[in-house]
Amino acid sequence: MRTFKEWMAKIVFLCAACVSILAVALICVFLFANGMPGMIKIGVWNFLSGTRWKPGNNIYGILPMILGSVYVTAGALVIGVPAGLLTAIFLSKFASPRSIRLLRPAVNLLAGIPSVVYGFFGLVVIVPMIRQLFGGSGSSLLTACILLGMMILPTIITVSESALNAVPQSYYEGALALGATHERAVFRVMLPAARSGVMAGIILGIGRAIGEAMAVMMVAGNRAVIPSSLVKGVRTLTSNIVMEMGYAADLHREALIATAVVLFVFILIINLLFSIIKRKAKL
Amino acid sequence: MNAKCKARLARWSVYAGAAFTIIVLASIVGYILFKGIPNLTPQLFAWKYNTENVSLMPALINTLLMTALSLLIAVPLGIGAAIYLTEYARRGNRLVKLVRITAETLSGIPSIIYGLFGSLFFVVALKIGLSLLSGALTLAIMILPLIMRTTEEALLAVPDDYREGSFGLGAGRLRTTFKVVLPSAISGILSGVILGIGRIVGETAALIYTAGTVPEVATSLFDSTRTLSVHMYAISSEGLYIDQSYATAVVLLVIVAGINALSACVAKQIGRKNHGEV
Repeated sequence: MRTFKEWMAKIVFLCAACVSILAVALICVFLFANGMPGMIKIGVWNFLSGTRWKPGNNIYGILPMILGSVYVTAGALVIGVPAGLLTAIFLSKFASPRSIRLLRPAVNLLAGIPSVVYGFFGLVVIVPMIRQLFGGSGSSLLTACILLGMMILPTIITVSESALNAVPQSYYEGALALGATHERAVFRVMLPAARSGVMAGIILGIGRAIGEAMAVMMVAGNRAVIPSSLVKGVRTLTSNIVMEMGYAADLHREALIATAVVLFVFILIINLLFSIIKRKAKL
Repeated sequence: MNAKCKARLARWSVYAGAAFTIIVLASIVGYILFKGIPNLTPQLFAWKYNTENVSLMPALINTLLMTALSLLIAVPLGIGAAIYLTEYARRGNRLVKLVRITAETLSGIPSIIYGLFGSLFFVVALKIGLSLLSGALTLAIMILPLIMRTTEEALLAVPDDYREGSFGLGAGRLRTTFKVVLPSAISGILSGVILGIGRIVGETAALIYTAGTVPEVATSLFDSTRTLSVHMYAISSEGLYIDQSYATAVVLLVIVAGINALSACVAKQIGRKNHGEV
């Protein structure tokens, strides 16, 4: 009786463990099965490199959205990485216990704020600001970059900080013994030693930025053309899906699912990079 | 530039970075509280939603329902999976590696892809329709890796002496797991669950096309509902209810801050236990 119970329990736990395998398999199957036929009908190359997205005329090219996602992510990194990395260095090497007690909950709160609230903040504060400074509607590539830069801060701070904390204290002491100042020891010795951990944080940030949908959609203007300047509207892969999925039918719907397939492939590549670097950094 | 100058520059740039982070948070929270608190009117908490009061109460109740239902699905699965990985599987098992890889993949997938998958699979293929249940199933998959990972860490932190002691007293693996290992890992598991709640409360993109946007309290599992975040998105994108949007944002912020405080509290407890008497 008891061995039977043990055996049953093992099977139950095994099944629970297999749920995540099943989930990934189902997600892949359903995305590809629903997205690939449309992509093939449109022509894979036409779909990926087409610069016009006109569902009304059955023209589906997602190059503007791919570039939109890439631009927005790159811009977010330009803002988020320096600020996040410096904050991580502060938390790990410069802060007094009291400022840590203030800053750590602040970072956690930043991570917890829902993306609609970020989006709304962008809509009512950053958009009017950009409009005043640069003219135009204010909903633009630049706005999306600033907002996403704020949103990826906590990711970059948390991962970089734990990478910095993982560097052996003896490195720091060695540097001091050789006559380096505290700043020099941190920037020239600790930071290079934590390099791969910091990279892992940045890649995680890229994943967050490229996958963010709601906040970007609320502030980016969403024009489905390749933006000609920083203050022009831009549409990302994610916002393309959210905006049109509600009413799309037939080939249009398939094209949107195919957009998700492209996004999914991007994410898989980013995940792969992340796990390789994470292994290297031993985080 | 001499060394002293450089050092000073480095120090100031580090301070500036930290100040930037604080300013970002302070401006978001400050602005929303400043604009939102005056708009927290009693009618915003009316039991029924209509276009005049734009009440957030139904959405708030739906958020509770959605959270409870998602946790009900994800927590047993996540804990079960973690138990298998730490207590049952042999080290270096191929299946374990596959579970780890897929869990890591799941945690990197953006919420809009979950939303799309949920609408293709639960809503259309399984014919559940836009409903509380479809939304909860989608969210359950989304938070599963989080619960799994935190539980696994908590279980690994339980010293092997406990297990050996229990085996030595004649308990089987199942009994050891439930009577000895799980109780000592409970606060770690709880912190994972709290993080999961935070993600559920803040989620929008995964819910729009799985649970829908009906602003009424769900009376069955198969009713379409909107949670508070979806409600916030719906009213702010219509552009007619800016005041109410501020107020809704305040409520969301308060909930998130509460969840964070709770998780800090639990974390402190874990720390105390690890440093105190064992």
